[in-house]
Amino acid sequence: MSDYLVEMKKISKEFSGVWVLQDVDLSLKKGEAHVLLGENGAGKSTLIKILSGAYSKTSGEIYINGELAVINNPSDAFEYKIGVIYQEFNLNTYMPIYENMFLGKEYSNPLGLIDRRRCIAEAQKALARVGLEISAKRLVKTLSVAQMQLVEIAKALMSNVQILVFDEPTATLTENEIKKLFQIIQELKANGVGIIYISHRMKELKEIGDRCTVLRDGKYIDTVNLNEVEDCDLIHMMVGRNVEFEKRTSHYANNDEVLRVEEMQYAGLLKDISFTLRRGEILGVAGLVGSGRTEMAKCIIGEYKANSGDIYIKGKKTKIKDPCDAIKNGIVYLSEDRKNEGLTLKHDVKTNATLPGLDKCIHRGLISLNKEKDCANQLVNQFNIKTSSLNMLIKYLSGGNQQKVVIAKWVYKGADIYIFDEPTRGIDVGARQEIYNIIDSLVKEGASIIMISSDLVEVIKMSDRVLVMNQGTISGCLENDINLCQETILNYAIGR
Amino acid sequence: MNKTINLKSIQDLLKSYILYFAFIIIFVIFSVLNKNFLSVNNVLNIIVQSSIIAIIAVGQTMVILSSGIDLSVGSIVGAVGIGIGLLMIAGVSIPVVVLVGVLMGSLIGLFNGVIISYGRVPSFIATLGMMGIARGFGLALNEGKPVAGLPMEFEKIASTSLGGIPSFVFYSIIIYLIMYVVLERTKFGRYIYAIGGNRDAARLSGVKVKFIETLVYGFSGLFAGLGSVLLTARLNYATPVAGTGYELDTIAAVVIGGTALSGGQGKIVGTLVGALMLGILRNGLTILNVSSFFQQIIIGLVIIIAVFADNLNEKKNS
Repeated sequence: MSDYLVEMKKISKEFSGVWVLQDVDLSLKKGEAHVLLGENGAGKSTLIKILSGAYSKTSGEIYINGELAVINNPSDAFEYKIGVIYQEFNLNTYMPIYENMFLGKEYSNPLGLIDRRRCIAEAQKALARVGLEISAKRLVKTLSVAQMQLVEIAKALMSNVQILVFDEPTATLTENEIKKLFQIIQELKANGVGIIYISHRMKELKEIGDRCTVLRDGKYIDTVNLNEVEDCDLIHMMVGRNVEFEKRTSHYANNDEVLRVEEMQYAGLLKDISFTLRRGEILGVAGLVGSGRTEMAKCIIGEYKANSGDIYIKGKKTKIKDPCDAIKNGIVYLSEDRKNEGLTLKHDVKTNATLPGLDKCIHRGLISLNKEKDCANQLVNQFNIKTSSLNMLIKYLSGGNQQKVVIAKWVYKGADIYIFDEPTRGIDVGARQEIYNIIDSLVKEGASIIMISSDLVEVIKMSDRVLVMNQGTISGCLENDINLCQETILNYAIGR
Repeated sequence: MNKTINLKSIQDLLKSYILYFAFIIIFVIFSVLNKNFLSVNNVLNIIVQSSIIAIIAVGQTMVILSSGIDLSVGSIVGAVGIGIGLLMIAGVSIPVVVLVGVLMGSLIGLFNGVIISYGRVPSFIATLGMMGIARGFGLALNEGKPVAGLPMEFEKIASTSLGGIPSFVFYSIIIYLIMYVVLERTKFGRYIYAIGGNRDAARLSGVKVKFIETLVYGFSGLFAGLGSVLLTARLNYATPVAGTGYELDTIAAVVIGGTALSGGQGKIVGTLVGALMLGILRNGLTILNVSSFFQQIIIGLVIIIAVFADNLNEKKNS
């Protein structure tokens, strides 16, 4: 019998030419809570999805109880008694709790019908194990988020899991609910269940975790005992000690205010958002996933309706009621989600590139096809978009070239304020530099830029100032001077 | 060699090489099987028979391009027919009647559009509801009875011909020419494609999605109203059950024409070919004395095969 419940050795994963995991190791002991730590995009989720059979690994080996395990799909993982509590719950909200828990493995009576009474009784017992004292017959949609999470845990326990993975379990819980969750985790540990715990919240880690494995950019950094390490060391490990980069040297920001947001509130997601943007400035917006960065951008352009707050454009109070309005007022938003919000994948390069600025191709009330072609050609050249022709469908372009089309279509339309949301996510190094150059030339010509990014290297490289967001508020507004480092930003981002 | 190049350019035009090919094959088969099929009179007859479906299908194409569906067009044909029939009996002048018919269709369509885009009711449901409402309205207007004894002048809309070519041919050509330009060369047309291709991206690109969508259903109603005027003129009487099944015929024409039900992809020329294809099948099979029961089976198969072949075509390209 091995000491380890799980050993993942030299796990690598490639997605269409990009290595998202390279030689990552992870080991889990019986009764241990093992924290998996890393920035957005470090590869934590990918690693977990490989363990749970949702993704297949490109190379590497997984040992369970010392024996080589083959996990090709989620039901294999189920056989090895691996359970995962994802952030998004896998519950059918219109079914009662017990039906969810027994979905696909219902008890049946001699007639072959579902033995409802037995299912309910068993479900009730499982709920009691996690301290959830509600009827198993209740519909899932009547439960709170915390209760749903407990149902998921109870469901996992019912199949006698030995390995239970929590993916950011506390993101949506209140203090009391977190306490309760931690109690349950402690009990599970005492029963010999191995826990893998993914979280961004530094203060939780030491409370719940025994050891910690840090990933960065898909690479294994180290595994440490949490009681022997300082927070700042962990942060160092997450962001990397010696990141080489050159800061943008030229600055074009002057003191003309082009945008001021005052006390913007949105649902429960944004609180008291106030900031200003100057002409020629690149304002970096840092923060963890879920900190409200995208929501802030969408509230500014009127895609989401802010509950309160004012927006001033060039000092004039302006009401922006929808994205169309925002564009008229010179504010454009380049979504982080190119496929769903940025481009029409089934249309070609030309159609996508000219959509917002179609007015410029109109001649005597009709679209001039020649003019449109000329404009598209010019954009393709200007932004170095690699495409076989203007009629190439967007879906066949690489991520970097797709992003360049997104930028091209907005530059073609023209704007005073460009809001870039994760401008270089999923884009290779070469295209990344091109995008930086484009952003730089935009501010040089007098535009202003809000750049939302999870890549702190990028934030420090490009920004004049950095807004840091934490749980829907602005936790810091930092001048990007020589002293600003990733650790400082991350400290504000995790709210320490 | 020459032939492949020629076909290729047509493929670009129709965006569907298989559709064109099938069209030719079906045409040739019928011509060989029955010598009456290829006569000038019969070909003109096919076009006249197809033209009402073809005209209503223009609106259906716009709706499907925007990734919606309009099930109410057939009922609009019935309601508008009775409406204009009663007006004519009451002595309203022909031009006014035509205008009112088209306007009535447009208004019903716009109502659909408002419910769908501003009320966020799925197009399938909203137009399914309107399918019942408009049909019931048409029946209630004249207590379920047809309206006969329409003025002879009105019938001329359908019976006039120029140089031996019936007026319906000209109506179809003019409408298709105009709507081709609208869809290919105007912002409105481009926005319809953008909405059908990716609604969110279109909205974030500054397209007034709800407004455009409402107009699209308005156009669908407009062409249904126009189709009703033409049908009533051709039959020279109005019946509240006119247009029954037209919603399915127009959808079939659009789909056979290569427009994707998922929206954003397709060409209006394809719809014309699709409508003609339906017309050829019905006419040819009737000439060959195939019973109407088997006609339905064959036409059903053609619809499925058309989409199936289109999928194959798409896979091959990617």
